[in-house]
Amino acid sequence: MKFDVILRVGTKLILPFVLLFALYVQMHGDYGPGGGFQAGVIAAGMIILYAIIFGVRRAKEIAPQRVVEIMIPLGVLIYAGTGVVSMFLGSNFLDYSHFAHDQLHAHEWGIFIVELGVLVTVAGTMTAMFYAFSERGR
Amino acid sequence: METFVITVLLTLLAIVTVAIIRQRNMYSVVILSSVYSFLMASVMLVLDAVDVAMTEASVGAGISTVILLATLYLTGTREYPTARGTGIPLFVSVVVGAALVWGTFELPAFGLADTVIHKHTAPLYIEMSQKHQMPPNIVTAVLADFRSFDTMGEVTVIFTAGIGVLMLLSGRRRRDEVEVVKVTESVETFGDDVADENEPDGPNGSAA
Amino acid sequence: MELLHVFAQHYNFFITIFLMVSGLYVVIARGNMVKKLIGLGLFQTSVYLIYLTPAKIIGGTPPIVDKAYTVYSNPLPHVLILTAIVVGVATLALGLALTVRIHEAYGTVEEDEIFAKEGEI
Repeated sequence: MKFDVILRVGTKLILPFVLLFALYVQMHGDYGPGGGFQAGVIAAGMIILYAIIFGVRRAKEIAPQRVVEIMIPLGVLIYAGTGVVSMFLGSNFLDYSHFAHDQLHAHEWGIFIVELGVLVTVAGTMTAMFYAFSERGR
Repeated sequence: METFVITVLLTLLAIVTVAIIRQRNMYSVVILSSVYSFLMASVMLVLDAVDVAMTEASVGAGISTVILLATLYLTGTREYPTARGTGIPLFVSVVVGAALVWGTFELPAFGLADTVIHKHTAPLYIEMSQKHQMPPNIVTAVLADFRSFDTMGEVTVIFTAGIGVLMLLSGRRRRDEVEVVKVTESVETFGDDVADENEPDGPNGSAA
Repeated sequence: MELLHVFAQHYNFFITIFLMVSGLYVVIARGNMVKKLIGLGLFQTSVYLIYLTPAKIIGGTPPIVDKAYTVYSNPLPHVLILTAIVVGVATLALGLALTVRIHEAYGTVEEDEIFAKEGEI
C-alpha cells in the first residue's frame, strides 16, 4: 500500500479535516451531539489511518509511543484532579459550582475540563492498543 | 414514518446477523460486523440517540474493526467447524429466546410517551438542566455534570483495559521457544492435524 | 388481528431478542475464539437496543434543548449506553489480546485443538 499514489495523497488531504472534526466534536459537545468519548476515538482513528497508509514507524514520529502511553493515565488524573480541585474550592467532589462566578460559566468550565480528560484517555488508549497489536505482528 | 424506517433497519440487522453466524471466513465476518455496527448506528439515530449513534459509528465500525483485523493478521482467518454438535446450543438459545418473547408481551408498546421510564428521573434531568443553565445537550450535561462520578468510573475502566492490553502484548515475544515447541509437536503428536490443515479443504476433513 | 397488532407494536423487542439469542448461540456453539468475541459483541449491542428502545417517544426530538421543542426522548439511557459502548470496545480489545497470547502459546485459536493439546501435555 506504500506506493499507491491515490491513497497516499487522499489520506494527506483528509487527515487535517479528521483532526478538525475531532476537535469540533469535542468543543461543540455542549451544543450538539458529541463529547470526549467520540472525539477521542476520531482522533485515534486519524493516527490509525496514517499508520495504515504510511506505516507504524512514521505514525510513531507524529504520535510517539511514550507520549501515547503517558496519555492513558493522564486523562484519568485530569478527571480526578478536577474533582479534587472542586473539593478544595469548597464544594463536593466533581461539583463545578465554584469554578466561576456565575453558574453558566462554572458548569461550562467544569464540563470542558472533564471532557478533556476523557478525550486524552480514550485517544491514548485506542492508539496504544493499535500500536500494541501492530507491533506484535512484526 | 419513524416506525416504518426502524422496522426496515431492524430487519436488515437480523439478516446481517444470520450472515455473521453462517459465514466461516473470518475476514467476511469482521466486515459484516462493521456493516452491522453502521446499521446499528442508523437504528440509534432513528431512536433519537444521536450521541450514541455517533459513538457506535466511530467505535463499533471504526476502532473495533481495525483491532479485529489486526488480530486476524496474527491468528489466521479460517474458522473450523467444531466436533461438538449444534443441538444443545440451539436448544438453549431457543428456550431462552422463547422465555424472553413470553416476557415481552407485558412490556409497553414502542414509542409511547406515558410509560414508566419517562415519568421518574428523566423529566427531573431535563428540568434541572434548564434551571441550572447547563449546556443545551442534556446528554452531555448528565454525562459530565450530574453523573460525573459515574463517568470517572468509566474512564478508569478504559484506563484499566488499556493497561491490560499493553501488559499482554508489549512484552518481548519468545519466538524461538514457540517455534521449537511447534516443530517438535507437529512431528511427534500433531502430525495428523497439520496434514489436515495443509489440504485445500482441510476444515471439513479435520472435523470428521 | 389482535395478535398481529401486538406483534407490530413489539417488533423492536422481538428483533432485539433475536440478536441476543444469536449472540448467545455463537458464544456457545462456535469454537473459534475471535468468532466467540464477535458473538459477545452481538449480545452487547442487543443490550444497547433494550436500553434505547423504551427511551424513544414517537414525535419527540433528540434531547438537545431548544425553544422550538417541548417533547424530548429520555436522555438517561443514552448516557448509560454511550459509556458502555466505549468500555465495550476496550474490553473487546482485552479479549483479543488474550486470544493473540493464546495463539502464540498453542498455535491455534480453535477451542477443540487447544483442549486436545492440553490433554496431550
